[in-house]
Amino acid sequence: MPSIKIPTPLRPYTGNQAEVEVNGSNVGEALNDLVSRYPDIKQHLYNGDQLRNFVNIFLGEDDIRFLDGLDTALEENDSLRIIPSIAGGVGR
Amino acid sequence: MQPIVDRLEDLTHEEIRRYSRHLIMPEIGMEGQRRLKASSVLLVGTGGLGSPLALYLAAAGVGRIGLVDYDVVDDTNLHRQIIHGHSSIGMLKVESARRRMLDINPDIQVDVYNEPLTSDNALRILEPYDVIIDGTDNFPTRYLVNDACVRLGKPNVYGSILRFEGQLSVFYAKEGPCYRCMFPEPPPPGLVPSCAEAGVLGVLPGTIGTMQATEGIKLITGIGEPMIGRMLLYDALEMSFTTIRIRKNPNCPVCSIPAEEVELIDYEQFCGVPAHDRVETRYPDDLPIPTISVEQLKQRMDAGEDLFVLDVRNPEEWEIAVLPNTVKIPKSQIDMAAFQVASGAQAREQTILAQIPTDREVIVHCRSGVRSENVIETLRELGYDPTRLINLEGGILDWARRIDRTMPVY
Repeated sequence: MPSIKIPTPLRPYTGNQAEVEVNGSNVGEALNDLVSRYPDIKQHLYNGDQLRNFVNIFLGEDDIRFLDGLDTALEENDSLRIIPSIAGGVGR
Repeated sequence: MQPIVDRLEDLTHEEIRRYSRHLIMPEIGMEGQRRLKASSVLLVGTGGLGSPLALYLAAAGVGRIGLVDYDVVDDTNLHRQIIHGHSSIGMLKVESARRRMLDINPDIQVDVYNEPLTSDNALRILEPYDVIIDGTDNFPTRYLVNDACVRLGKPNVYGSILRFEGQLSVFYAKEGPCYRCMFPEPPPPGLVPSCAEAGVLGVLPGTIGTMQATEGIKLITGIGEPMIGRMLLYDALEMSFTTIRIRKNPNCPVCSIPAEEVELIDYEQFCGVPAHDRVETRYPDDLPIPTISVEQLKQRMDAGEDLFVLDVRNPEEWEIAVLPNTVKIPKSQIDMAAFQVASGAQAREQTILAQIPTDREVIVHCRSGVRSENVIETLRELGYDPTRLINLEGGILDWARRIDRTMPVY
């Protein structure tokens, strides 16, 4: 099964799972499966049917925007990754 | 890549001795070390990332290092901000850092800017430096540093951390993508917690900051493969390092236009959050948040009043200390529920907010009283009666200091 790596800021919505195995033959189906398992995460990834534009999804080394977007085909052992926007550095 | 710095400074005999372990490597040699001495680097932030950056770049012999920070050292900084020490609590971070850097290497020049970086001063402050290193703690300053670097044609060595995860890249619009190519817009406020809210492993900024220092030295001396067009993702728990490719966005709102046309904007407004990592809220002056002191709360508890006290700290903090008879919901869960209610995805009653009554007084508390203020602001925006949401001033810390001295302070 393909898997999706969940970044720290989104783990509260996946029961603190860092990686979730999903069903799907393309990226869109895989994300739909993730959302059906963890409905709370949907608001953070989608605005309606569109991925939010601060959400970066990578297949292996590559941004799916430069592949076929949500239609990008997935192989059995592919690993997707959601890259978060994080700002920490100094902290208090 | 060509070295960013094309100037060379002569080394003294003492410097040749000091840098001998650099000089005997052909990749650096006399020429690279002379370039380092001639170079200048600006560090934005002198905290978690800035600490190892400042220490190593000073030690490596970067001739001129600028520090931008307007904060003072406090005791909660010391678990990760290793350039500062117990003896510098209360001191300006830039002064504390300068003192330590000149102790490591008295031959360098350290410039300090004890002011926040803003759209008004960013171009003036960044302009004299060859390389800019972003060690800030908030989205507005990150977008500001990026846009100013694109405008001035300077490389921006980016590092960012949260909990156990870090990111590293070099954004250099002349040669590759900028920060906005990857992150065109910030996430909505409240979606990504800050380190002050979510925590950070103390060693993590050391790992990422030292790698930023490495990238800075590579850019200056022109050796190796800089992280332009790539981003390193580090996960300390897995001890995994993953590199992804990032590309220049041909429609990037900043780096696809001529550099001189890049305008610096109001980044706090753009990001919807203030340009610092402190948990802080803003509310209209005519509606100040009502407060209660720990003494008043104790008195009301002792009188047997039926109180609704809401603890919005994280479960890890509940294990350290708790007040008696509280309802516990972490701020992150309240924020998430508020986000869903505000976006229309769920009704308030379907979320965890159902546990917070709308028809009675709610006393909200956290560690020191700032997150609770933030929660009150969030609840007000959802229509809770502002006069019935009361902030416990000074939080559980004040309780530990003034009511129950056996309670640990953290």
